[in-house]
Amino acid sequence: MPLNLEDVARIALLSRIELSAAERETTRDQLNGILGFIEQLQAVDTTGIEPMAHAVDVVQRLRPDVVTEADRRADFQAVAPETEAGLYLVPQVLE
Amino acid sequence: MINSSLKQLAAALAAKKVSAVELATLFLDRIEKFNPALNAFITTDHGKTLAQARMADETLGKVGAGDAAISPLCGIPLAHKDIFCTKGWRTTCGSKMLANFVSPYDAHVVEQLASAGMVTLGKLNMDEFAMGSSNETSYFGPVKNPWDVSCVPGGSSGGSAAAIAARLTPAATGTDTGGSIRQPAALCGLTGLKPTYGAVSRYGMIAFASSLDQGGPMAKSAEDCALLLNAMAGFDPRDSTSLERPREDYSRDLAKPLAGLKIGLPKEFFGDGMDADVRTAVDAALAEYRKLGAVTVEVSLPNSGLSVPAYYVIAPAEASSNLSRFDGVRYGYRAPEYADLAEMYSRSRAQGFGAEVKRRILIGTYVLSHGYYDAYYLQAQKIRRLIAADFVAAFRQCDVIMGPTSPSVAFAFGAKSADPVQMYLADIYTISTNLAGLPGMSLPCGFGNNAMPVGLQIIGNWFGEAKMLNVAHQYQQATDWHAQMPAIAPAAPAK
Repeated sequence: MPLNLEDVARIALLSRIELSAAERETTRDQLNGILGFIEQLQAVDTTGIEPMAHAVDVVQRLRPDVVTEADRRADFQAVAPETEAGLYLVPQVLE
Repeated sequence: MINSSLKQLAAALAAKKVSAVELATLFLDRIEKFNPALNAFITTDHGKTLAQARMADETLGKVGAGDAAISPLCGIPLAHKDIFCTKGWRTTCGSKMLANFVSPYDAHVVEQLASAGMVTLGKLNMDEFAMGSSNETSYFGPVKNPWDVSCVPGGSSGGSAAAIAARLTPAATGTDTGGSIRQPAALCGLTGLKPTYGAVSRYGMIAFASSLDQGGPMAKSAEDCALLLNAMAGFDPRDSTSLERPREDYSRDLAKPLAGLKIGLPKEFFGDGMDADVRTAVDAALAEYRKLGAVTVEVSLPNSGLSVPAYYVIAPAEASSNLSRFDGVRYGYRAPEYADLAEMYSRSRAQGFGAEVKRRILIGTYVLSHGYYDAYYLQAQKIRRLIAADFVAAFRQCDVIMGPTSPSVAFAFGAKSADPVQMYLADIYTISTNLAGLPGMSLPCGFGNNAMPVGLQIIGNWFGEAKMLNVAHQYQQATDWHAQMPAIAPAAPAK
């Protein structure tokens, strides 16, 4: 079933991407074009096929639980939009 | 000097015929002269480049060039796709989101090439977050194809491809999630290699689709790519998917004769999808291989037709998750005006990302959302296994697989940008390799319509890079397509 404008608004909300009313219309048409193209996957019989999440069959490595990285807070915060006293600033969340 | 192989450059440096500073200056001058017409570079920094070159000269002078203790790449310039974090350099990923991001650290690949003594000429333009096949999605404007500036260079590593084709750098790094090294290499007449998934560390390579992304070399020849891959590959504990394998010399088999080589030709790659001019060039390359002693066998990859739709579920799904980190808090763009935290997120992302990136995040979010996950994402992952299994079966009959890299030569700007699905189909022959995790490469095999380069694709078995490079190198010993260079002109001065 093709997406309607409400579906697009919901996906945009989940994606945290603001869309204007006009953008919602073009986005709906483009997403429906792409979904129409990937629809052909539904016709394939995949009964009993194990999903392939990764290209190479390896298990996750473990490492000793020790600190391996230096404290580089100042370097990392130098590229942040807004910081104060070593903290990241965002608009007030709690009243 | 600008047409020299990396081996020839190394010999010239060793013989003190040229210094690393002189080499860097030669290419920086060319970038200054020709880049305005091509837009291949986003960032250059002469001070940093020359400082690295002086260090390389010092190493070469101290140890004595040609000494086994130093890398054969020491003092040779290269440029990085702007997806690789480079400490102290702007790293934009082709996006407004990261337009002012100066990386606090180096990617593993950047570290490795720097420790080999290679000199960074700058950062190369690319499709935004590596999402595109034409370099038209870059926030910094499209890259022009040096063979014809009205045509696209391919993507997403289009800046890398254009810069090498125009001889603005002898070599470059690229990344390939669905064809982003091989397709631009084909469209610009170069040699490019996507390694087996896990061979090259993804640490510091800005993530697009983590189960598919792989960095690799782009250069003028297979021999150059082998030398570069020797420095780029290797285990890195900071990438959880980096493979712990012994180091190998990817150039070890270059000289092997090809007599008895079995080349598999997937019948699905030689159907109606390919343009006639591409077919003519690919057929001629196969004839050359037969002359070199190879035999061709027909193989089948029955599910390869599903690779593009499966990819456009899996890659956007992973992208929607990876790109959730861009929230305007820790780095990157933050919108100037917002009422609250939720609006700060949604507005920063709306303004910071371009149209194609947003489309893929939205698609990815949808296919992962409640009620659709099984039908889309899980189903695509099952089909991914079918596609990989096809390759396992095909490699029982052959040593390497060959076909076209791209269904057409470079197309004109705007030709496919209005319809996302048409653009996605530009990668129809390259995507299955990424889904399977196999190594693949593209090398020039002639010219098609409008005298634009055609690429021959070689797909290797898992960890078959040395074999692929051998197969490509032997062809390049017998032909000179890889040595062809476009006639380029500086941009007309602004009136």
